[in-house]
Amino acid sequence: MEQIFAIALSAILVENYVLVQFLGICPFLGVSKKVDTALGMGLAVIFVMALASAATYVVQQLLIMLDITYMQTIAFILVIATLVQLVEMFLQKAVPSLYTALGVYLPLITTNCAVLGAAVLNTQEGYNFIESVAYGTFSGVGFTLAIVLFATVRERQEFCKCPKAFEGIPMALVSASLLALCFMGFSGLSVW
Amino acid sequence: MSEPNNAPRLGKTLLNGIIFENPVLVLLLGTCPTLATSISAINGIGMGIATTVVLTGSNVVISLIRKLIPSKIRIASYIVVIATFTTIVQLLLQAYVPSLYDSLGIFIPLIVVNCIVLGRAEAFASKNGPLLSLVDGIGMGIGFTMTLAIMGLIREFLGAGTFFGIQVYPNEFAAMLMTMPCGGFLTLGCIIAAVQFIRSRGKKGAK
Repeated sequence: MEQIFAIALSAILVENYVLVQFLGICPFLGVSKKVDTALGMGLAVIFVMALASAATYVVQQLLIMLDITYMQTIAFILVIATLVQLVEMFLQKAVPSLYTALGVYLPLITTNCAVLGAAVLNTQEGYNFIESVAYGTFSGVGFTLAIVLFATVRERQEFCKCPKAFEGIPMALVSASLLALCFMGFSGLSVW
Repeated sequence: MSEPNNAPRLGKTLLNGIIFENPVLVLLLGTCPTLATSISAINGIGMGIATTVVLTGSNVVISLIRKLIPSKIRIASYIVVIATFTTIVQLLLQAYVPSLYDSLGIFIPLIVVNCIVLGRAEAFASKNGPLLSLVDGIGMGIGFTMTLAIMGLIREFLGAGTFFGIQVYPNEFAAMLMTMPCGGFLTLGCIIAAVQFIRSRGKKGAK
């Protein structure tokens, strides 16, 4: 239990995927113009990352058993792509309301490097099954936290005046930089 | 489909990737590796070259087999081709440049999900012949590498006081912040702002 708590704290704050490890920047910049779309994307990512961590753990064990761990990248990305497709089809049939809410974001997640990143980091850290799923889930929570915070900042920026050259993405990047500065403050927690 | 193989078209494709449609600065693709690996110039260039190899290789292969792939499963097929090249690069780096392999770490397998590679496969290699795709891959790769190198140089110089690893001014005066994550965002933001500024001035001049 203690271990899980430590993983959660480090995944959400200390090693936040977006602001510290630079994983999943594309959706972070792309889908953060409004808070509700950001939240939708975040939830979809949590969901897929939890599932993908579980699935890739099994695949990794299989690869080790067959002694072909060099196939890791290919196997993982295929598993993730298939998984996203399956989740999409399942949600469409079983939970249409959730499907319409997440629909647009699901296909985008295949190329979200946070998902593959979590899978690779899980094997590097040597987490067991439960730790892997916890790490995946809480990394997703960290992603959601970052993207929602960032969306609130960007919503306000709409009304601000800024130099012409900085309009749009540059301004967003500079504010992301300030947000990252805040998250640096959490790095002191890592000793624990 | 006849293939316009003349030299001007090739040159235009090459320049397109480097300047007019620079993947990072104009198309805003592949920001994750850009921010994460540009801590120093050497790292940035290493990452750029690794990505260029994957990009060029997958572009050529995809353009060769583009007529054999049914359009419904094309994305999955592209991903398999890209993942194969990524694995090759990963194993090569691990064998011959272990220091770079260690410092790039997780971002080598993540070349698979680099939007630049998949984006070029979908937008260019699936519609053009192998030669043009090769040139497009090289052009985009150079554009990406150049951006990473510039970012790496700036961050290294301001953050650690070094130039390609050589100490230029004492470490104590350096702003450590620039090698941290927030420095990455800040540098990229400023570079893109500079590019936008130059482009808007260019337009004014044309008028």
